[in-house]
Amino acid sequence: MAQIIRSSPVLAFIGLQICFIFFASTLTCTSGSEDSYTITGRVKIPPSNVIGHTAKFSNVKVILNGGDKITFLRPDGYFTFHKVPAGTHLIEVSAMGYFFSPVRVDVSARHRGKVQATLTETRRSLTEMVLEPLKEEQYYEIREPFNVMNIVKSPMGLMVGFMVVVVFLMPKLMENIDPEEMKQAQEEMRRQGVPSLTSLLPSAGASR
Amino acid sequence: MAIRVFLLLPVFLSSAIVSFSLYEDQAGLADWHQRYIGKVKHAVFHTQKTGRKRVIVSTEENVVASLDLRHGEIFWRHVLGTKDAIDGVGIALGKYVITLSSEGSTLRAWNLPDGQMVWETALHSAHHSKSLLSVPINLKVDKDYPITVFGGGYLHAVSALDGEVLWEKDFTAEGFEVQRVLQPLGSTVIYVLGFVNLSEAVVYQIDSKSGEVLAQKSMAFPGGFSGEISSVSSDKVVVLDSTKSILVTIGFLDGDISFQKTPISDLVEDSGNAEILSPLLSNMLAVKVNKRTVFVKVGGEGKLEVVDSLSDETAMSDSLAVADDQEAFASVHHEGSKIHLMVKLVNELDNVLLRETIEMDQHRGRVHKVFMNNYIRTDRSNGFRALIVMEDHSLLLLQQGAIVWSREEGLASVTDVTTAELPVEKDGVSVAKVEHTLFEWLKGHVLKLKGSLLLASPEDVVAIQELRVKSSGKNKLTRDHNGFRKLILALTRGGKLFALHTGDGRIVWSMLLKSQACERPNGISLYQWQVPHHHAMDKNPSVLVVGRCGSDSSAPGVLSFVDVYTGKEITSSDIGHSVVQVLPLPFTDSTEQRLHLIADTVGHVHLYPKTSEALSIFQREFQNIYWYTVEADDGIIRGHVMKSSCSGETADEYCFTTRELWTVVFPSESEKIISTLTRKSNEVVHTQAKVNTDQDLLYKYVSKNLLFVATVSPKGAGEIGSVTPEESSLVVYLIDTITGRILHRLSHQGCQGPVHAVFSENWVVYHYFNLRAHKYEVTVVEIYDQSRAENKNVWKLILGKHNLTAPITSYSRPEVFTKSQSYFFAQSVKTIAVTSTAKGITSKQLLIGTIGDQILALDKRFVDPRRTLNPSQAEKEEGIIPLTDSLPIIPQSYVTHSHRVEGLRGIVTAPSKLESTTHVFAYGVDLFYTRLAPSKTYDSLTDDFSYALLLITIVVLVAAIYITWALSEKKELSEKWR
Repeated sequence: MAQIIRSSPVLAFIGLQICFIFFASTLTCTSGSEDSYTITGRVKIPPSNVIGHTAKFSNVKVILNGGDKITFLRPDGYFTFHKVPAGTHLIEVSAMGYFFSPVRVDVSARHRGKVQATLTETRRSLTEMVLEPLKEEQYYEIREPFNVMNIVKSPMGLMVGFMVVVVFLMPKLMENIDPEEMKQAQEEMRRQGVPSLTSLLPSAGASR
Repeated sequence: MAIRVFLLLPVFLSSAIVSFSLYEDQAGLADWHQRYIGKVKHAVFHTQKTGRKRVIVSTEENVVASLDLRHGEIFWRHVLGTKDAIDGVGIALGKYVITLSSEGSTLRAWNLPDGQMVWETALHSAHHSKSLLSVPINLKVDKDYPITVFGGGYLHAVSALDGEVLWEKDFTAEGFEVQRVLQPLGSTVIYVLGFVNLSEAVVYQIDSKSGEVLAQKSMAFPGGFSGEISSVSSDKVVVLDSTKSILVTIGFLDGDISFQKTPISDLVEDSGNAEILSPLLSNMLAVKVNKRTVFVKVGGEGKLEVVDSLSDETAMSDSLAVADDQEAFASVHHEGSKIHLMVKLVNELDNVLLRETIEMDQHRGRVHKVFMNNYIRTDRSNGFRALIVMEDHSLLLLQQGAIVWSREEGLASVTDVTTAELPVEKDGVSVAKVEHTLFEWLKGHVLKLKGSLLLASPEDVVAIQELRVKSSGKNKLTRDHNGFRKLILALTRGGKLFALHTGDGRIVWSMLLKSQACERPNGISLYQWQVPHHHAMDKNPSVLVVGRCGSDSSAPGVLSFVDVYTGKEITSSDIGHSVVQVLPLPFTDSTEQRLHLIADTVGHVHLYPKTSEALSIFQREFQNIYWYTVEADDGIIRGHVMKSSCSGETADEYCFTTRELWTVVFPSESEKIISTLTRKSNEVVHTQAKVNTDQDLLYKYVSKNLLFVATVSPKGAGEIGSVTPEESSLVVYLIDTITGRILHRLSHQGCQGPVHAVFSENWVVYHYFNLRAHKYEVTVVEIYDQSRAENKNVWKLILGKHNLTAPITSYSRPEVFTKSQSYFFAQSVKTIAVTSTAKGITSKQLLIGTIGDQILALDKRFVDPRRTLNPSQAEKEEGIIPLTDSLPIIPQSYVTHSHRVEGLRGIVTAPSKLESTTHVFAYGVDLFYTRLAPSKTYDSLTDDFSYALLLITIVVLVAAIYITWALSEKKELSEKWR
């Protein structure tokens, strides 16, 4: 980015214009020598309603360019990267329980290290370098509360249900059958020697 | 039967997207996490009368930590960046921990109780120099004494309260090297002593309030200094001259420099070269001469005299003020299996304040460092405790003649990992009774049922956890049916081999690598040496540990063969040649010892084991052994083949010469090798083909001889942000390592490294940075075999007109085609691994070690080149996920759940006996282990399975049967009476 500007005076002029427009909302203060700048920003973690998710700044790391530099947060949530060369950089925030979008940071060599930041996930550009989590991360599955339907839907629940149906509905069905037909069928069964329920059980057989 | 089950599997597997997920109460059941800090470099005690007693340490793994002095637990710790090495620690104002890091350019203050960073200051630095931190000891909290820091050629005074730089002084003059910054207690003058070109001593006096130079004196020393320096008091230092045979005392009282030369031969008879040891003792220095430690007292006028000498194996602490202006120091030396700790007064070395003898494990090696602290006993006498760092990097606290606690810090620097089986349970060894009575068994299961129905009270939950751990029997030291219990063998940088139990992560045994040729070999790598499973069943399995004497690659190697069951070294040998590459061959001898080839720097290879049987096996396969070397700096990959036996000076029949077969040279002006990778040699591939939705067969190109190479343009080899998209491009290659043929080349314009890749079966997945989109990207490349594509016809297969049995040769050009697809990924990656299972049937998951030191499990189906925006119905049924531009990060699929594997460096996977399950071990500063089932445990009941519910169902069913039987009998009887 910086190189493009340097090579083309027209673009440089536009860049200058943009710089003036955004001057009011300058992101960072810069210092240092000609080619190394400072990126300052702030991590803001909203108070969480999940218990045990209290935002602990001491466990938050801010990472520049995939591990080139790592810094930590001050008690007020501010962080600073010193001695950053001009160019396009990537800042990531690692905090347990939160997902932060990586931030594309353009440090302009021409405008005394003016910094422009864009969230790479949502492509939203930041007017202030305040990094907020995109979403909270819950690492555990939440157990579903006790529910009768869950029990019924489980294989064993279905088995029990089927048994209940057989035990209580079958006699009802039997009753609905015409007694004449019933008797006929029973006789037929006896003739064929089909074992009844009683003869199936060993004790029943012994009692006979 | 088993086959039928396996045929059914795909149906199961494609049913749903299963992600690794865990309920909170399941955490810690199958996984464990251990926190380490690394080898301690500096330690500062904080033992005030009130509050917790702690010790602040900084380590070689760039960790700053606060440890509980009573138990050795970590109160807090911070892992700094890899380039942020810590140069010094101190405690300021009694409430801040001050660390100086990055070669003296970053100064940070951490809150002592909770480790919150309070302030951070970047200091000017111009060039490399010594970095020195001095934090004034003051007990008055309200008064702000500045911290003086020297680093990068500048001297800074920094306010301890807010980190503001009060003043800075430039010492970057050409040739000037600052050696010491001293501030006499209570004085406002800071003395800066340095050498100009090692031949002239210069002393600056600087006002500590304003930073102004009050005076400057210099004096040339004709002999020249060697740079080794020891400060003995606030106005004197002792330095060695360039010949290392004369001790020079430099006095700079009130800014006047005076030299006083004392040849070492005057102090010690027939002395060789001397070496000044680092401990700071008041008015005394320790010099190592003739393998002995000599204590030299510095008199008032710079006169030196020898007061004591100790054996070489002595470690010493800095001196410490004890009561009445007396200073004491601790020394530790070895004697057999014991160590002797002595605390002596500096002024009267005969006055031994403390003498303790402690039994020490031989496998901890020598004592490397001693840090001493004193406390006032109830009888107002001085008590001492010593923190010692051993050769294996472990950290121990000694107090009252005993080891109070110890930490195995060697495990923070694991270099290589392998797994090993536990012994089989022998007959007669009774299984520990886990459940005693039926009642307890039932009670346990009722508890479990309660837990799964969310009816359990907190106490019940605790009881359930305990029960689960107990009942799983996961900590036994025998092999189990599912292969869940295993040993993880981890080799550390300190040259120690640890065996960890997968059940709870405890150390089963540990062994320090030994060598005759050198004092302490470094551990390099681990190989499975002998795994008896068909023959030689009476033998215990063993591993080969390859070490090296020194860090240079041409240093002679050390081999050690270790019995896995007992942890005893079977043999060890100094092999007399260097170790560049170790190649496990796919052959074993009759005792199932695997043949290994070790390549050295001169281009020879050596065969191990050195037996005639191994030699005959090797001779038979002589023509079929190929390997390759990567010269990343020159951009050359070479393929080698065996040539003949070594001739000439050493007639070693196990040594062979090699011949270069092919070379791939990358143009150095446009491509630089940044990553190379091959498949794991022991990976199992179950299906050779993939069925498309349109009933088309795709044959996987499964070759063990494929090499993945990634190159970037030299400009893009640096960090992100150092290059524009136009200047950088990334090119990946798939190269056949037998023929050197490039099978596939893929170029990514406007992309750069670092590249993290994983290679499994017929696919490679790699992660890199896309400069245009300014996002990370992941690309998958799958490679398929075209030559077997005609084998689709069943009739051809039946009639034998297929080419499945045709020999695969590397001489013909393989007809392959590739499919690839790219996705965005929202995080930096440290390492990528892939799950591996016993038979390779279970679908794979990528294990991505993210920059936040977590491990994300990502189903392979998310990186499938067949993904399309709108998959057809058939494709959906097959389980193809609609294409999205970025890969999802599902928080529940972090296998590390709420842990961080700080300083993550590698992930190792190993199959268990159960096909569905794989062991995952991640190492860095921390260790983490878990068991994963990438497609859920389809072949066993989960721990969650409610036996109680099953039992209740059975009871209810039986009861129902009897009731209905009674009813039906009654009815039958009444019918008979009718």
